[in-house]
Amino acid sequence: MTRKISFKTAINEALDLEMTRDPNVILLGEDIVGGSGAPGEADAWGGVLGVTKGLYAKHGGRLLDTPLSESAYVGAAIGAAACGMRPVAELMFIDFMGVCFDQIFNQAAKFRYMFGGKAKTPVVIRAMVGAGFRAAAQHSQMLTPLFTHIPGLKVVCPSNAYEAKGLLIQAIRDDDPVIFCEHKNLYGLECEVPEESYAIPFGEANIAREGKDVTIVSYGLTVNRALEAAERLARKDRVEAEVIDLRTLSPIDWDTVLESVESTGRLVVVDEANPRCSLASDVAAYVAQHAFGALKAAPQMVTAPHTPTPFSPSLEDLYVPSTDAIVAAVGKTIARAKAA
Amino acid sequence: MSSNPFPLSRDELLRAYRTMRTIRDFEERLHFEFAKGDIPGFVHLYAGEEACATGIMMHLTDIDRIASTHRGHGHCIAKGVDVHEMMAEIYGKATGSCRGKGGSMHIADLSKGMMGANGILGAGAPLICGAALASKFRGDHGVGVTFFGDGAANQGTVLESMNLAAVWNLPVLFVVENNGYAEATSVEYATAVDSYVDRASGFGMPGVTVDGTDFFAVYEAAGEIIRRAREGGGPALLECSVTRFYGHFEGDAQTYKAKGENEFNRANRDCLKIFRARVCDAELASERDFALIDVEVAALIDAAVSSAKDAPLPHARELLTDVYVSY
Ligand SMILES: Cc1ncc(C[n+]2csc(CCOP(=O)(O)OP(=O)(O)O)c2C)c(N)n1
Ligand SMILES: [Mg+2]
Repeated sequence: MTRKISFKTAINEALDLEMTRDPNVILLGEDIVGGSGAPGEADAWGGVLGVTKGLYAKHGGRLLDTPLSESAYVGAAIGAAACGMRPVAELMFIDFMGVCFDQIFNQAAKFRYMFGGKAKTPVVIRAMVGAGFRAAAQHSQMLTPLFTHIPGLKVVCPSNAYEAKGLLIQAIRDDDPVIFCEHKNLYGLECEVPEESYAIPFGEANIAREGKDVTIVSYGLTVNRALEAAERLARKDRVEAEVIDLRTLSPIDWDTVLESVESTGRLVVVDEANPRCSLASDVAAYVAQHAFGALKAAPQMVTAPHTPTPFSPSLEDLYVPSTDAIVAAVGKTIARAKAA
Repeated sequence: MSSNPFPLSRDELLRAYRTMRTIRDFEERLHFEFAKGDIPGFVHLYAGEEACATGIMMHLTDIDRIASTHRGHGHCIAKGVDVHEMMAEIYGKATGSCRGKGGSMHIADLSKGMMGANGILGAGAPLICGAALASKFRGDHGVGVTFFGDGAANQGTVLESMNLAAVWNLPVLFVVENNGYAEATSVEYATAVDSYVDRASGFGMPGVTVDGTDFFAVYEAAGEIIRRAREGGGPALLECSVTRFYGHFEGDAQTYKAKGENEFNRANRDCLKIFRARVCDAELASERDFALIDVEVAALIDAAVSSAKDAPLPHARELLTDVYVSY
């Protein structure tokens, strides 16, 4: 049975199912319960945007509100994971990674390799990413490329509620540390989601729309912009775009990307992160190296500019990659190809 | 007129009141405008905590630096940041303190020694150690004041900074604004010691807790610490017990609070009411003096809101300025 639920509810459901299935799953984070030690309602918040709301009533002490000490509780989640638990730590905004990064990239990411394959670190770190929330420079970053750079970390960024549920269940069952990136502007978005449990394997991209003329590769919220662009291109220009949702950025599904570009000959990569050393530049470089012969035009990147996120709504709207920008980038790959 | 029991002149008392009233009106008005949907983003109000910022900032000049928090409007106003520019910033306008690029959580005015509100908890503490270090090198006798909440006091950056300030004998005042909550979590749950003063002694610096709704208690304790720091006596910690009249941020239903808690605090722990009563009792100012200030402040806030609303949005090209290069 499927029904329409929001991205936020899908995440809540995935956590609930996995906590029910496996007693080793525990949740830690700031105000994931909310109201701890306070005189009013317990379970007052369920996370800053209400994602974990209701889980405390079902799972009680397996949800731990934390002091505002990310280094300590994220590190503790990692340590507990290395000792057999399956903690899901919530970092609220990925921008706060700065204060606990050592525990992630020098500790969690390295254990398995550095200890000669003896350690498992099945920890998930959930965090909100992305702009468009009027939340300014320190609460709006994508930062996904920061994590894909580091061997040992898995990096996931779902594009809708269906993907979020299946990918989070997989993340919790996975034996490596997973950075699970939730775009805050997707929380309200609904789609059909099965009631039962299902896991979406890592490293398998989803062809969200088939097309023969151009390949648009993206992940997270901007997959939805890419799909809008594809519809518009089909309607107005009779251009059929194939839209690939990477789903997991580490591991990344190069095969699906290459196969698509080999058939379309054109590539546009859409990434809300800043452009330098990003998923956009990574995919463009990989395709140039491995499918150069198939390319009919230079790959195009649609990204945020190389600036921090501005606060003013008028500037922030220009900062975020738009459907228009994707349509324009596709246009460039087609114009260039014709000229050649 | 009777003799003055306070360490401030009548003029200074009225100035302190004007600052506290400006903060209160600024915040009450933002609460109202936010509810109408006119203000983008996250807004954390300082209403209820005015005596803390004001009692401390009365001892500072522009050479002294402060590092603020996400709940920074009160610190900004008390440090002399222009109210019109602040309001415009919160509306995301080109005339704002940061030309609309920062917003409520990032208002800064370095010319006033205001090193920024901050979206990252505990981030101000290391920065203010740097400000104090600069003052020490330059011999300008400036001091640094870093504010943080009862929750942010548990950030590693704050604890590391306390040790750094102590071993380098930096002129830093660490101010814990203890309003009992970090978002929805109570201080009793998240902090094991009964008083943050225990933390100060752990780091080898003096510390004192005061009733932060009592302007005079804050003023006197801060004065002593700041004087000592200016003379090379090193860092200290000041914990102010305060109350937060509104939610963590605008839109917070506050169900974690006790029923009637806000009403009780407004009736019994309102630093402005307490201040007015004490100054009137001492006959240093009359209700009429205060009422006159109230009218002037109300007009200032009205003007700030209407000019913020009318101000232009930043020009599109501003997206790519103030960064060394954009691609
Ligand atoms: C490093 C970091 N972690 C978490 C947050 C999210 N956050 C913003 S304010 C806040 C609560 C702060 O509580 P406290 O320090 O007591 O200050 P108050 O809000 O009560 O003034 C939290 C958890 C953040 N901004 N930065
Ligand atoms: Mg607090």
